[in-house]
Amino acid sequence: MGRGSWDHRDVISILDFSRSDLETLFEAADGVADKPESVRESLSGKIVATAFFEPSTRTRLSFTTAALKLGARVIDLSPDVSSVVKGETLPDTIRMLESYSDMIVMRHPSEGAALLASEISRGPVINGGDGSQHHPTQAMLDLFTVRRLKGTVDGLVFALYGDIRYARTAASLLFALTKFKPKKVYLVSPESLRLRAETKQRVQELGLRTEEAGNLADVLGDVDVLYMIRIQKERFPDPVEYEKVRGSYRITKEMLSAAKKDGVLMHALPRLSELPPEIDSLPNAAYMKQAAWGVPVRIALLDLILGGG
Amino acid sequence: MLVQKISDGTVVDHIAAGKALSVLRLLGNPQERGVTLALVMNVDSSKMGKKDIVKVEQVELSEEQIQKLALIAPEASVNIIRSYRVANKKKVVPPVTLVGVLTCGNPTCVTAKEKGAVPSVFHKNPTASLSYRCKYCSRDLTAQDIVAQIT
Repeated sequence: MGRGSWDHRDVISILDFSRSDLETLFEAADGVADKPESVRESLSGKIVATAFFEPSTRTRLSFTTAALKLGARVIDLSPDVSSVVKGETLPDTIRMLESYSDMIVMRHPSEGAALLASEISRGPVINGGDGSQHHPTQAMLDLFTVRRLKGTVDGLVFALYGDIRYARTAASLLFALTKFKPKKVYLVSPESLRLRAETKQRVQELGLRTEEAGNLADVLGDVDVLYMIRIQKERFPDPVEYEKVRGSYRITKEMLSAAKKDGVLMHALPRLSELPPEIDSLPNAAYMKQAAWGVPVRIALLDLILGGG
Repeated sequence: MLVQKISDGTVVDHIAAGKALSVLRLLGNPQERGVTLALVMNVDSSKMGKKDIVKVEQVELSEEQIQKLALIAPEASVNIIRSYRVANKKKVVPPVTLVGVLTCGNPTCVTAKEKGAVPSVFHKNPTASLSYRCKYCSRDLTAQDIVAQIT
């Protein structure tokens, strides 16, 4: 599929996109990252609405930055000071947003919220995270980062390390990897944070082989991309369960001495104690680049969807 | 075994053995309202080996009840009886999509959080006989979950 397949498209799940769609996006994002001055104001006259019902730093600001660079104006729904606090339903809130804007970028704590919004809104809806289910644009920028640093996604060994159960970044990255041909995907986590059975089954049905491991040291020497995941305190149904695993894993310089020299260390951020600042200066540390590349990827994305890019 | 004919009402045949009581619960336990009914369990069936049958006087199943019946007894047939004759005969079929019938068991699904504003939507899993997946959060309901919800 070419660029036309992106026109006015909703972005709800990474599974809705083919490898070819993603490669189109990556090529466009390469162009933006290589020549930022080439970005044209293709969204001039458009209004992008952001509606984040959960906290966000990178996703919200990188979408806002991308929209502004493309010449759009941005309106922001702040749930804390809107009618949401008065109990307005999500469908009613979306009906307002779609009538005021050309596109909605949203994050919501409920799984399926973005899909529901896309059924209501005539304009495109972009899912900036729905509960523990999907975060498609994070997966897009994750694979963009891997491709940019390693030249490919195919044939690489990945390890997801941390909260694989509740993190939508983990689920979306695994779904994204089903579109490519990684050599192997290790899932390294404490027992209680292992991948949910239905996600595991779905990933398997889509042909991705994963292998569970309890100890990072057992596999690290084999890994090309180590993807760390914060323990998602906000998604634990029981705070006692969170306390049991809090601080149960972290990466250290010493541990990384066993990693491949050209291995890449990624993290969707924000980080807690699992990724101490002493790691930042290591050549493997790619997470700040990863976060920064959220802007070119989202510029390319908005341009393809709304700017005729 | 002799069970008297009914003049008007419904006969639900080809219920998997042991499921007749669930079917009665689905019908709202009409025996508690003094309705005449017959419950036949574990009788021989050439098609099913053993089967249950429910006969209820003066009750005709609604389309919604027939849809739910298909979730409990997917091989059942429903005969509507009027003046001792079969006025209508239907084979139940588990629906491909169910709207507003089941409740998602995931407390953080948008259909749970926006209850009343958003009806639940479930699609039948093609690989399992009676398993449905929530359209919004992709969580599955098993056959046992479904029976527990609708009876």
